[in-house]
Amino acid sequence: MNIVVCVKQVPDTTAKKELTSDFLLNRADLESVVNPFDEYALEEALRLKEAQGGEVTVLTMGPPSAEETMRKALAMGADRGVLVTDPALAGTDWLGTCRILAAALGRLEYDLVLTGMESTDARSGLVPGGLAELLDVPLLTYAAKLSVSDGKATISRQITGGFQEVVAPLPAVVSIVKGANEPRYPSLKGIMASKRKEIMKLGLAELAVDADAVGMRGSKTPVVAASPRPEKQAGEVIKPETPEEAAVRIADFLQAAKYI
Amino acid sequence: MAGDILIYVEHEAGRPKRTALEAASQAARMTAEHGGKVLAVALGAGATSTAGQLGKYGVEELYASDDAVFDDYLSAPHADALSNLLEQTRPTSVLFPDTLDGRDIAARVAARHDCGLVSSVVELTPHNQHLDGVETIFGGNYLTTVEVRNSPFSIFLVRPNAFTPEETPRSATLHTIDYRSDEGVARARKGASTAEEGAPTPLEEASIIVSGGRGVGGPEPFETILKQLADSLGGVVGASRAAVDAGWVAYSHQVGQTGRTVKPQLYMAIGISGAVQHRVGMQTADTIVAINRDPDAPIFALADLGVVGDLFKIVPALTDEIKRRKGA
Repeated sequence: MNIVVCVKQVPDTTAKKELTSDFLLNRADLESVVNPFDEYALEEALRLKEAQGGEVTVLTMGPPSAEETMRKALAMGADRGVLVTDPALAGTDWLGTCRILAAALGRLEYDLVLTGMESTDARSGLVPGGLAELLDVPLLTYAAKLSVSDGKATISRQITGGFQEVVAPLPAVVSIVKGANEPRYPSLKGIMASKRKEIMKLGLAELAVDADAVGMRGSKTPVVAASPRPEKQAGEVIKPETPEEAAVRIADFLQAAKYI
Repeated sequence: MAGDILIYVEHEAGRPKRTALEAASQAARMTAEHGGKVLAVALGAGATSTAGQLGKYGVEELYASDDAVFDDYLSAPHADALSNLLEQTRPTSVLFPDTLDGRDIAARVAARHDCGLVSSVVELTPHNQHLDGVETIFGGNYLTTVEVRNSPFSIFLVRPNAFTPEETPRSATLHTIDYRSDEGVARARKGASTAEEGAPTPLEEASIIVSGGRGVGGPEPFETILKQLADSLGGVVGASRAAVDAGWVAYSHQVGQTGRTVKPQLYMAIGISGAVQHRVGMQTADTIVAINRDPDAPIFALADLGVVGDLFKIVPALTDEIKRRKGA
């Protein structure tokens, strides 16, 4: 079984994110990591491979520096990487990203395309849906469990208040939720092996994607204004003598604000 | 003139969800001022019976299908039916709720029609015959205004609680959609579902959240004193990452960078120190009340009311006081 895991390079989740003057995320001063949500997708892929055989490819669109974060994915056990990188891609929006990933997938063999549930920087969770539409394959999102047999993928979808089983024929796009598994740490052996693994680099010219559909120019959703949220003024901090006094003070506050 | 606005309605067997009423109300306010009609689409068992409620909140034309295919399969039939409807009705803007299914369906529609899509929308502003979306990014650290251009329809994923539901004396005309799916569309088939114990209202849609953190010390208080306080206020229980990682409460309750981003009216942070990863998930709440033993906890910098003290004593006392005032 051939599994492609789409992985995004994101700023370290603990870093304070700021915008540049043209309203893009200022990535310059930020440490980059593999999108933490994508690690669950990668772990799921590695487990499927271990159980059923096959090959795991990591696919990323990003700046040249994304090669470093891809090495971590390779160190976890992925077999090879495909990095789509091109200066013309800077500022590409989610739909442009889907077009690029779909075009790259067109050059690969796949039974399953796995993604994280969203990225920790954009948090919109749109890429799985866009990819499934462009590839014309079924979409199984928010999987807390995934199994594959008889040419079908079965997931336990994490929905509001519980889980829903959903089945679809392969090939399919499946997004994996946080907590679906425990992503492994790369072993020393894995880290050594990752250095020899192939990362294929593709530019825009090698993909059948209209250059006008990607990059800043291709974005259909340019940001035209941005304002940092004003620092919130701290309210009153009180130290009541007794729990009862605390309860009365809080209740007074809640009542004044009409929550009671 | 902003053109017609189409609302994608989520409903439970014919009862529109609050997000649909919020979106319809906002669309009604905008079209009253700038022209255009409020259209809505509802799919799945009971869809046609949403007309009454939706009309009260400003919807003028409802397109609905009770076909079971929309209940039995994920996203693809919905996107397909919606595509046909978009061609037929040509609205300027389409509003989806920012939910799991809302995201999947909106992404498919946008990819198919090559549309601009704005996520996490908290405000809509008219601009050059269109609407701009104001979105929150980086956990509410920035508000950005996004223009949709070169797009046949502008698609907006609207955050729950972004708009105020408001009744308008209107009634909706029902148009039944005759949708025929084919095998290429009906592929991701739903099977059995299992409910999580004491499943809560989804955090994103809750208007009051009582959240517990490391200071809560174990699983039991989440089910007792926090739950009781949440119940007394008509709210739901949330948690910080520390509490979820410790296994005290399920991930679906987690607020913060790697959990849910919430914008309730009232957020009560109990025994939560307020690490930056937590703050980005809740800092846009209208009112924040924090209870913590540590007077230097960073959460107090965000709180409208901060209370230094023992949560195990204060929370039950507060629940009693609230019940007393509510006369229950």
